[in-house]
Amino acid sequence: MLTRRTAIAAGLAAPFVVRGQAQAQTASRAETLLLVQEYGPNSLDMQGIGSSQPVNGVALNCYDRLLRFKPVPIPGGGGNTISMGELEGELAESWQVASDGMSCTFKLRDAKFHSGRPVSAKDVKWSLDRACTIGGFATTQMNAGSLEKPEQFVVVDDKTFRVDFVRKDKMTLPNLAVTIPFVFDSELAIKNSGGDPHAKEWLKNNIAGSGAYKVESWKPGVETIYVRNDDWACGKLPQLRRIIARDIASPSTRRALMERGDADVSYGLPPKDFKDLLDAGKVNVVGVPIPNGVWGCYLNTQVGPFKDVRLRQAVAWVMPYDKILQASLFGRGVSMAGGGAPKVAWPQPFPYTTDTAKAKALVDAAGGPFSTTLYFDAGNATVAEPMAVLIKEALATIGITVEINKVPGANFRTEIAKKTNPMVLNRFAGWLDYPDYYLFWTMHGNNSIFNIAAYQNPALDKLVDAARFAPDKASYDANVIDFIKLVESEVPMVPINQPTHDVALQKSIGGYQFQPCREPDFRYLTKA
Amino acid sequence: MNDMTKADQAPAEIVPALRFEAPPSTSLWAHARHIVAENPVTGLAFGLFAAIVFGALFGPSLVPYDPLASNTNAALQAPSAAHWFGTDQLGRDIFSRVVAATRLDFTIAIASVALVFLLGGLAGVSAGFYGGWVDKIVGRIADTIMAFPLFVLAMGIVAALGNSVTNIVIATAIINFPLYARVARAEANVRREAGFVQAARLSGNSDWRLLLTQIVPNIMPIMAVQMSLTMGYAILNAAGLSFIGLGVRPPTPEWGIMVAEGASFIVSGEWWIALFPGLALMIAVFCFNLLGDGVRDLVDPQRRN
Amino acid sequence: MLRMIGQRLMTTIPSVIGVIIVTFLLTRVLPGDTAAYFAGPAATPQAIAEIRSKLGLDQPIPVQFVSYVGALVRGDLGQSLTTGQPVTADLAARLPASAELTLAGLLLAMAVALPLGVLAAVRQGSWIDHLCRVVATAGVSLPVFFTGLLLVYVFYFLLGWAPAPLGRLDVFASEPPRITGLFLVDSLVTGNFETFRAALSQIILPAVTLAIFSLAPITRMTRASMLAVLGADFVRTARAAGLTSRKVIGTYAFRNAMLPVITTLGMVFSFLLGANVLVEKVFAWPGVGSYAVEALIASDYAPIQGFVLTMAILYVALNLMIDVLYGVIDPRVRLEG
Repeated sequence: MLTRRTAIAAGLAAPFVVRGQAQAQTASRAETLLLVQEYGPNSLDMQGIGSSQPVNGVALNCYDRLLRFKPVPIPGGGGNTISMGELEGELAESWQVASDGMSCTFKLRDAKFHSGRPVSAKDVKWSLDRACTIGGFATTQMNAGSLEKPEQFVVVDDKTFRVDFVRKDKMTLPNLAVTIPFVFDSELAIKNSGGDPHAKEWLKNNIAGSGAYKVESWKPGVETIYVRNDDWACGKLPQLRRIIARDIASPSTRRALMERGDADVSYGLPPKDFKDLLDAGKVNVVGVPIPNGVWGCYLNTQVGPFKDVRLRQAVAWVMPYDKILQASLFGRGVSMAGGGAPKVAWPQPFPYTTDTAKAKALVDAAGGPFSTTLYFDAGNATVAEPMAVLIKEALATIGITVEINKVPGANFRTEIAKKTNPMVLNRFAGWLDYPDYYLFWTMHGNNSIFNIAAYQNPALDKLVDAARFAPDKASYDANVIDFIKLVESEVPMVPINQPTHDVALQKSIGGYQFQPCREPDFRYLTKA
Repeated sequence: MNDMTKADQAPAEIVPALRFEAPPSTSLWAHARHIVAENPVTGLAFGLFAAIVFGALFGPSLVPYDPLASNTNAALQAPSAAHWFGTDQLGRDIFSRVVAATRLDFTIAIASVALVFLLGGLAGVSAGFYGGWVDKIVGRIADTIMAFPLFVLAMGIVAALGNSVTNIVIATAIINFPLYARVARAEANVRREAGFVQAARLSGNSDWRLLLTQIVPNIMPIMAVQMSLTMGYAILNAAGLSFIGLGVRPPTPEWGIMVAEGASFIVSGEWWIALFPGLALMIAVFCFNLLGDGVRDLVDPQRRN
Repeated sequence: MLRMIGQRLMTTIPSVIGVIIVTFLLTRVLPGDTAAYFAGPAATPQAIAEIRSKLGLDQPIPVQFVSYVGALVRGDLGQSLTTGQPVTADLAARLPASAELTLAGLLLAMAVALPLGVLAAVRQGSWIDHLCRVVATAGVSLPVFFTGLLLVYVFYFLLGWAPAPLGRLDVFASEPPRITGLFLVDSLVTGNFETFRAALSQIILPAVTLAIFSLAPITRMTRASMLAVLGADFVRTARAAGLTSRKVIGTYAFRNAMLPVITTLGMVFSFLLGANVLVEKVFAWPGVGSYAVEALIASDYAPIQGFVLTMAILYVALNLMIDVLYGVIDPRVRLEG
């Protein structure tokens, strides 16, 4: 601050403050990180109802969980990612699954909340109970890992905590490492709750955690400033003392800030900008193919022309996979065309390639021509719109006329919940990287909102359920291979590509860590 | 965008010189020639207008490329001999798209202006002619609309009615309603007691007949100025709506949506994607605005001497 | 005078009521399902229903309207779901930013438009007149978001003259103590000139963008009004009395011509407040316009209603002020009132 003022006082030409003070600021900037993002958190409580995506970042950096995902190097370099099966203790010093496999006992570290009070098993129980009972997204996410009711969470003693399992579920432990089951200072929360058992109002505006960062100031829609918690006990003390996260809606502005070196890190730029930044080489771009994430074209199996499986296959055969990857994602993704034999993985390329003749034959057999409407979320327009235009063009060549309907973000959920849209472009990415988890959300007969194709097939449900709770790896693998074969021929969703999650960082920034919630993890970042 | 219109119209309401009491007697054509000769800018505007009409009528059949055809191998090319305005993200020819878009933009402008002319003009004339409760109701509706930030109101209307060209036209017409209603009301009110109307009334004409034969023809010139001025704003309004994701559906070429698409490419150096449709948009609006001035000069009795 | 203000206020009440009703209905007709949006990506139908009842959206529309008006009377504009804060607090925090930007744009526009308009009127039909017309019309023909982006590209990205379009102050500068909420004023009042410079350098590009857009109405109004005055008898009399042309134009004509221009300025100000929605978006300006757009896109009713109401009230207040000012300047108006 001082240096900056001196620099200006020294007579930089008003009214335009000239660039170049960046050098003058190095002393104060060295331990401060400036992050620019599209929009910031609308709450400080990720368990609360209606929390937006960036709140995950608050949960990640300001709170601790029992477990966390262990950093593993990104194959192409540039930082670390995670691997589903590999966990390490965060608040837990150690943990032990019982010999019958039906519970897990955690030993807690000597960690302190920001208030100075030691973290105890009682706090962990209060927090996990809260996540299971508060309703909304938090509860749904807990249930996805078979964490369903407060009775499962047991305080053994002050520093020992046990989770009883309702069933053997490989997702239970990883689900303790996502951004939902984090630990509050329960005494502080209850004291300020004003009688609400979940202390929702207070926790929405205040941090009561033990995490590596505290929130120094939060101006919703403008900026969030984090400062380091120097007493953090659950890992190596982060290098960065202060993080300023600014909300900049325009991606062009964020890109310009990165190129001029004014911002240190930017999330969520259009793929074109990441490609250009990468090509220019002035800043680092780290890309991780989003685990369990895929852009797909969902074809309604209950109403409209795509009830006919031949037409769904025709779409898979005519899909311009390469063109889309090139013109819409600028190569920042992995094509889902031309796969071989099914593997135990998700997403994976389906056996289809762009083959207009085959597609045309299928449409003719089904009694074409047809006309239909393709929907996508306007919030994803940067990528989805060129995709939709290319699909429209390709389908026109096989006698399917498509009208494009760009649905504003708020209406999109309502639209897909109707399950009457013949064709929808959507990207779904699960936090827990398992094929059965993805299919459970998008194609299972329980008809979640993401089963946009309204696909109903008892045979598939049986295979997915069997895989979810499979007793051993062999039966799991067999079930996965079978359901992948099934959806490859049934194609309720045509996978188009697996997008890359990209982050742009100045060369001076190191220690990038990818998290499934796709929010920045400041705890590992370094600044040279 | 449209917000400006109201302020812009103020002269017509405030400067009393714009009223005239008799139908034009000199030849319009001769007068137009005089105006153009005296004011070259108006001449330019009429020339541009002719070009826009030509583009709207014949443009789509004259362009070198199919404005919808993608060619991902030729994506994001700078302007060249083959692609005069360059190509966009999907390799579509921007020149062809800009020319082809003329028809849609022109249609939006004409349709919304015609709609608000009918609704606002009729409401305003009735309010001015009958006075009383008709006047009160029309006045309240206009006041209520005027109290909104107009662009936000247009956004709300399109969002509520759905994303389509028809709804852009409706939203644009609604936010311009007070303008037309007020001008028409003021003009009709002044003429209600004018000698020629009284004379017609005394000779036994019904109210409706009076309205249609005496009042409406007399306020037409003022309304014509209004219409040519609002045309430009209609296009700007549609462009603003497209920019925030409401409006015309892709891949239809339309200037506003093309600027919005190209906006994100400006910083990365592909300036041509937004620039050319932006220029086309600007020139069209510019032309309509100058034309409005020209039409005003044409009907302004003070300039006839 | 007070009676005039009172009467003037009475006439605005019906339109404010109209605004409340229209806004309420419009936000309820919007097709987005707020509950589904905020229930998050993996919500079950029960979770959505819970949120819907928490928000009171399961009530019949008339009931919702009554509770909305009730809250309004208590000064409660509801809570924004996007920022998680009370709408009143959000608006209060953001209004000074919009006001400062709009005022700066308006002042800038006036500085150019008034002389241009006067000159055009005095030299009617000359090249200055044509130039004035072309410049003003060209300004208003540019979509504001396009102008804004172009300016950012040229002055920030290519030339590096302007600071990063990052809102009202540089990231590392601190806010001046809040007196009026207008950074330029507050920093001057407290004698903090570094902050003043920082704030000034941030506001120039967005203010220019707005100014370009508002050039046309002010220039035209000034020109038209000057023309009318110049043709008036008292000006002819003044000229006949042998006063210098400079004196006639400067004192007699200009002053009288300013009356309708003031009305226009009031209108332009409130239109700009609404129109800077897009400018705020481009320059990451933390004002009320961008707040309303984001709320509209998220089907977040409360902020939209709050924004529109605030704007309507501002508009009414502004017009009232202008009427009063008019009365002060021109006694004839007062008599009629």
